[in-house]
Amino acid sequence: MKKMRTPYLIFMFLVLSLPILYLVFYSFNAGTTMQGFAGFSFKHYSELWQDTRLIDIVLETGIVALLSSLLATIIGTLGALAIFRVHRRTIKGVLLSLNNVLLVSPDVIIGAAFLILFTTLKLSLGFMTVLLSHIAFSIPIVVLMVLPRLKEMNPDLVLAAQDLGARPTQVLGQVTIPVITPGIVAGFFMALTYSLDDFAVTFFVTGNGFSTLAVEIYSRARQGVSLEINALSTLIFLLSLAIALAYYFINKVGKRAKTPELKEKVK
Amino acid sequence: MTMSFKKQKKGFTSFYMGIYGLWLLAFVIAPLLLLLFKSLQTQGGHFTLANYQTFFTSGPYLAMTFNSIWYAFLITLITLVFAYPTAYFLTTLKNKQFWLLMVILPTWINLLLKTYAFIGLLGQGGLVNSSLTGLGFHPVQLLFTDWSFLLVAAYVELPFMILPIFNALNEIDPLLTAASQDLGANNWQTLRKVIWPLSMPGVKAGIQAVFIPSLSLFMITRLIGGNRVITLGTAIEEHFLVTQNWAFGSTIGVILIVAMVITMLLTQDKQKGGRS
Repeated sequence: MKKMRTPYLIFMFLVLSLPILYLVFYSFNAGTTMQGFAGFSFKHYSELWQDTRLIDIVLETGIVALLSSLLATIIGTLGALAIFRVHRRTIKGVLLSLNNVLLVSPDVIIGAAFLILFTTLKLSLGFMTVLLSHIAFSIPIVVLMVLPRLKEMNPDLVLAAQDLGARPTQVLGQVTIPVITPGIVAGFFMALTYSLDDFAVTFFVTGNGFSTLAVEIYSRARQGVSLEINALSTLIFLLSLAIALAYYFINKVGKRAKTPELKEKVK
Repeated sequence: MTMSFKKQKKGFTSFYMGIYGLWLLAFVIAPLLLLLFKSLQTQGGHFTLANYQTFFTSGPYLAMTFNSIWYAFLITLITLVFAYPTAYFLTTLKNKQFWLLMVILPTWINLLLKTYAFIGLLGQGGLVNSSLTGLGFHPVQLLFTDWSFLLVAAYVELPFMILPIFNALNEIDPLLTAASQDLGANNWQTLRKVIWPLSMPGVKAGIQAVFIPSLSLFMITRLIGGNRVITLGTAIEEHFLVTQNWAFGSTIGVILIVAMVITMLLTQDKQKGGRS
């Protein structure tokens, strides 16, 4: 099977990256469609640069993503601490199941349910409702990222700190938080991805005045192809690549601190 | 001193639980209950079961539900067939985490951008058709067909199948493979009798992660399927945002949730009973 390995992986890699490379390639097209390359040009990038509406939307999408993942990380970490300290197994099970509801629900359901919620509360649809939704659907993944770290933590650490006279705030700030930081960072990155990748929920809960990038692309794509979108996707692709690589290296540094895995040695 | 420590810690814990519990109440329990209530109302707000009656007695809606489940099944099958070898080969690589990241990189790009790319790829003069013409074939209509919907949906969902299978395969003790080979099993037997059964939790997780969203991919049906393929998700979006019949949209939503719960029960990890 070793013979098939490299060609197969190369094939999958090409298939998976083809659409993105295609977008990137045509972003440099001097023509106006994704069909037939008319020559190399940066003109769609300068169009993008002059499209203030699109730039505003990119900035707003970034603000929503950063704010929502920050708040979701805080609430999710508190949630993980709370669930971790529940000792009754049934209550813990119920809390974890409820936590996972938004993770497994289809986006359309979350969007529709949140839309009913916001109109019942008579909130006007726009930036606030989008932000609230993004915080809400990012919290469960943060909980799931932080909780294993708490479980792995040596409970003696907390007891020792307590014996040495640390106040609960000190134990939290100087013992618990540092130990679970890798989980919190992973949770933050996951929340960021969730927010940036969301289309359906935002599509439901946003009003006329506010739009995120995904919603804007959807409405533009329904009208036809515009290579400005290609130029934008190229930039987003580079940014994603940077975030993914950053995440990988942060993870790697975090893992190196642990003992090397035995499994690796067997090979 | 210790007493007050415990008390203080308890105070903190209830504070954490308070904030987290508030989120659970406001954004998990309340929205789902509201969706259920809405589905049991007439458009004017009176209690009724008529929405469910309409759904289960209307031929087009039942056909649409069946179609949606059928497409989700096909998407899941396609992704599984392609994802399993990918995940397996990835685990045998040296820098596997890095290559995994490279393979799942498309996940980091917004779903809409990927879908948009396919409008270009599959269009009349797109890459696929110009390659076909180059090879001497006639261009074919690809966009706005059932096939294009399946292709794009499978593409979008593929990383979500690769990831859990990779994790499950990665946790298999390599000594087990070595042992099975020592005992005389060939590669195929090792794969079928040792690796496949041990990777089942990952496969089930992957099926969950792909099947459920596939029931509700409305943007792909709109942009690529050209409204030819209608999924449960498309119907919900239609009722909420186009025809404004929220009550009936909620009814389809509740049915989608039921379909989701059934999927999860069928793919649940049964290893809790200590069977291993």
